Amino acid sequence: MTGGSFGDIVARAAAAGELVVQPRMGVAGPAAMRAGLTAVREAGVRAAGTITVDSFTRVGDHLAVRRALAAGAELNGYPIAAHSPETTRSVLDGVHGPEFPVQVRHGSACPQKIVAALLAAGLHATEGGPLSYCLPYSRVPVAESVRAWAESCLLLSDARERGARPHLESFGGCMMGQLCPPSLLVAISVLEGLFFRQHGIDSMSLSYAQQTDPDQDAEAVAALRTLAAEHLSDVDWHVVLYTYMGVFPRTPRGATALLERSAELAVRTGAERLIVKTTAEAHRIPTVAENVAALVTASAAAAHAAPGGPVDDTGVLAEARALVDAVLDLAPDVGIALVRAVERGYLDVPFCLHQDNAGRTRAFVDGDGRLQWSRTGALPLPADRAVPAADFTADELLRSLTHVERAFDR
Amino acid sequence: MELDAARQDTARLDIVVSGLASDAHTWNLVYLQLVLEEMGHRVTNLGACVPDGLLTSTCGQAAPDLVVLSSVNGHGFQDARRVIGPLRARLASTPVVVGGKLGVDGAGGRAAALLAAGFDAVFEDADAITSFRRYVDRLAAGVRS
Repeated sequence: MTGGSFGDIVARAAAAGELVVQPRMGVAGPAAMRAGLTAVREAGVRAAGTITVDSFTRVGDHLAVRRALAAGAELNGYPIAAHSPETTRSVLDGVHGPEFPVQVRHGSACPQKIVAALLAAGLHATEGGPLSYCLPYSRVPVAESVRAWAESCLLLSDARERGARPHLESFGGCMMGQLCPPSLLVAISVLEGLFFRQHGIDSMSLSYAQQTDPDQDAEAVAALRTLAAEHLSDVDWHVVLYTYMGVFPRTPRGATALLERSAELAVRTGAERLIVKTTAEAHRIPTVAENVAALVTASAAAAHAAPGGPVDDTGVLAEARALVDAVLDLAPDVGIALVRAVERGYLDVPFCLHQDNAGRTRAFVDGDGRLQWSRTGALPLPADRAVPAADFTADELLRSLTHVERAFDR
Repeated sequence: MELDAARQDTARLDIVVSGLASDAHTWNLVYLQLVLEEMGHRVTNLGACVPDGLLTSTCGQAAPDLVVLSSVNGHGFQDARRVIGPLRARLASTPVVVGGKLGVDGAGGRAAALLAAGFDAVFEDADAITSFRRYVDRLAAGVRS
């Protein structure tokens, strides 16, 4: 295999006290993609590389990819299923290796073709999940996404027979990017990890996206670690933190400060890997140079941050545990349990328009800047976990959506 | 999802709000639905990643007073320019507008090409929501621009 196991490389960095930083980066052309990966590798920080797939490939519109490539039109990522395995190997040759693992990020609810393409090119690390890449991003029924992800896990785990150790990251810690309360993010990450394990994956990462309050986030990552230790003790796992995924500060100063807070949060909570955002986030898809600058900024902030410190218990762990336990009680098969949980509204993502999502929950940013439930719908939580909120209007939604942007651009 | 915003009885338009085929973003769609409902209009929100065929068939059946397309993933220009032809085949005179971040470079400047392709209005500048509200108000008052 080329490059060693993604999970083992991250574990070695963590043992050496180094946070692995990683961009989101995808360009259509092989030469530009190789140049981007090379720039990240040579950024002078402990980095992992990313090939982000374009969104035509993500939704399975391979005809649109071919048309765009033929017409020289813009693509917002690397069309890994359209390029040949030889082409992608030439992108990676001499770049991807034991010191520089590369992961494919895609956003697809039905990623079999993408997984086949990355395996054919000698890669073994990717991300997503049957809920996290279905509910927020697709029109695919949850049951179909569960089937597709079971197949994708099997494709990945089959690579073990060829000497590789595939790694799969749950995107469950992001769900809509913002305004999803921490307990539901933690629960979905753990449940997707259990789904991956059931389908043969033994090296995985569980995600959590920075939200609105650093103490609430620290409590959430601690809860994620507690539940992962309880439920996933027989596989290798690490925690990957995402720099804020919601409406981003527009000023370079604000965007940089938010990135630095996420790096500090990663160190504080013992997260082993951080996926960064750039100062271009509010404006457009970042350049390679902007991505490299973000990696350097994040790595420097992490080097100055201190691990540990007190974490107040405001109930995130108890909520996440109640969600996970209630879902697992629905069926012995994790995939069936996930389908039933969405049907019953046990997992109900606020503001998610997917046709299978119950749509009975809501959340908001409270006066202290913490993310709270205002409606818990049919979630298996005590009714008093929802707190009184202002009337739900477009302006009020915009206020919650832009809370972080306004705080950091001030 | 339940969006129980206040509604008025006058000048109520039936509006289809939709993402484009390759765009997974939905906050723009949730927000636009609330904005339009608070202005007193009825909204059918088709959500994210709407394939061209679903968009055209839904609009053809619903015969809305206005179709609002929104995209922020950088493929909007391509997606929008491709779908306006089939949409026009079903809705010859219905106002169809598009807005958001329509290219990968954040530069804007795609309005002329999209207007030429058949859109009635394009909203991609900093004041997009203000000018969008004004456009919808004029439409509700019976003025076609």
